[in-house]
Amino acid sequence: MRRVVVTGLGLVTPLGCGVPAVWDRLVAGQSGIRSIQSFDVSDLPAKVAGQVPRGETSEGNYNPDDFVAPKDQRKLDEFIVYGLVAAQQAVEDSGWKPDDEEALERTGVMIGSGIGGLQTIYEGALTVHERGPRRLSPFFIPSSLINLVSGHVSIKYGFRGPNHSVVTACSTGAHAIGDASRLIGLGDADVMVAGGAEAAVCRVGIAGFSAARALSTGFNDTPERASRPWDKGRDGFVMGEGAGIVVLEELEHAKQRGAHIYGEVVGYGMSGDAYHITAPAEDGNGGYRAMRNALRSAGLDPEKIGYVNAHGTSTPKGDEIELGAVKQLFADHAYKLRMSSTKSAIGHLLGAAGAVEAIFSILALKHGIAPPTLNLDDPSPGCGDVNLVPYKAQEFEAEYALSNSFGFGGTNASLVVAAYH
Amino acid sequence: MSDNDIGERVKKIVVEHLGVEEGKVTDSASFIDDLGADSLDTVELVMAFEEEFGCEIPDDAAEKIVTVKDAVNFIQEHAA
Repeated sequence: MRRVVVTGLGLVTPLGCGVPAVWDRLVAGQSGIRSIQSFDVSDLPAKVAGQVPRGETSEGNYNPDDFVAPKDQRKLDEFIVYGLVAAQQAVEDSGWKPDDEEALERTGVMIGSGIGGLQTIYEGALTVHERGPRRLSPFFIPSSLINLVSGHVSIKYGFRGPNHSVVTACSTGAHAIGDASRLIGLGDADVMVAGGAEAAVCRVGIAGFSAARALSTGFNDTPERASRPWDKGRDGFVMGEGAGIVVLEELEHAKQRGAHIYGEVVGYGMSGDAYHITAPAEDGNGGYRAMRNALRSAGLDPEKIGYVNAHGTSTPKGDEIELGAVKQLFADHAYKLRMSSTKSAIGHLLGAAGAVEAIFSILALKHGIAPPTLNLDDPSPGCGDVNLVPYKAQEFEAEYALSNSFGFGGTNASLVVAAYH
Repeated sequence: MSDNDIGERVKKIVVEHLGVEEGKVTDSASFIDDLGADSLDTVELVMAFEEEFGCEIPDDAAEKIVTVKDAVNFIQEHAA
C-alpha cells in the first residue's frame, strides 16, 4: 500500500478553536468542561459539558461568522458548522489548493458524525407536532444528515473524489481517518479530508445519554472535576462537542509539492465486540484486538509505542477494561509507555473524539509532549502502576503513538501514527 | 394593507433569508436568477411569506412566484 501522511490539521473543541490554542491549553492542563448555560438543565441529571468557547477567532475561540456566512449557518445544524470550520483550518493549513480537474477528482472527503443533527431533528419533530408538516423547513433533512459535512466540504472546495461518511458512534473519527488512509493507500484518491464532527450537547442529547446512565452526575457543582478517567471517584463520561479534521495525503504527492508533513498514519486496526449495545466486553478483547490489528498493519512491535491516547471516557467500567487490554497487549512495556486520556480536559466528543485524539497523538509525537490526564487523584485498583500522565504534561521521545476509540454497538478502532522526519 | 406596505415586508423577508443587500431586492428581481437563491431557498421564502401574511400559498401558485412583484401580487389577492 502507498504511504499516507498528515499535511493539515483542524480543531474545534471545548478548549478552543484552532490547533495552536487548543494544544497550548491542553498541555497547560486546562479544562474545557463547564456548567451548561446555553439551555435549561434544571430537570436533567447531568448539568456539565464540554462546550466550544465562543469568542474571537484571533484569541483561539470560536466565531463561526469568520468561516461560514450567517445566512448559511441558519441552514446547517451546528455539527456541520463545526465540521466546516475545522475543515477550513485543515485545508488552509495543508496549502492544498488544486484548480485542475484531475487533482480535484483525486481529492476526496470522509467526515463522519456519531449522531448528526440531533438538535435539528428535535426541533423539526416539535414543529411537525405543534404546527404541522407544512411548517417544516426544506433544509430540515440536509441540515440533519451525517454525510452532509462531507457534502458541504466537497462543494466548498470542489473536491470531486470519493465522498463518504463514517457512522460508528464514538469510533467514527478514528474509523474515518483509518478508512480514508486506506482509500489513499489503495489508490482511490491522492488526498482525503477526513475526521469527525459532533454537536449533541443539547437537551435531548443529554437526556438520552443520561437515560442510558452513561453520564457523570456527581460533579455538577465542580464541572472541571467531572471527567476523571481511571480515578476512583469517576461516575460517567462528560459530553463534549466540536470537530477534528485532517488532510491526509499520499507521501510522494505531499513531498512533490513541498507540503509540511506532521506525521504518518502507519497502522489501523478494527474489531467488533459482538457483546452488548453499550457495555464493552468484560475481558477487553475488542479493544485488545483493535490495538493488536493496528500494530500488525503497521508491522510494529508493541515496544515501539511511546504514547497511547486512551479512549478513557471516565465511565466506571470502560477505563479499567481498556487499561487491562493495554497491559495484556504491551506486557512489560505497558509500564514504560505513557498513556493519557485527553477526555479529562475536553469531555467525550463522540463521533469527533477519535479524530481529535488522533490529532493530539500526532502533536504529542511532533512536540515530544504527552498531554495530561486531569483529576487522577486516586487511581482505581490496578490503575496505579501505569504512567497515566496525571495532572501535568510530560516530555518524552518516541517515534510512534497509538490512539484508541471504542463505540456503542461494540465497534472498536485503533490508529498508529508516526513522527515524520 | 397597501401594496407599499406588503412590498416592504416582502423585501425585508427576502433580505433576511437570502442575505442580500437591500438595494438589490427590486420589484422585478428574480429570487433565483438575480438574488442567488436555489430551489430550497425559494421553498423557505414562500413559507416565510405564508407565516408573515397568514395565508396559504399552494404549491402550484408557489411555483409561479419568482420575483418580489409576483409575491406581492399573490399576497395582495389572497392575504386575510
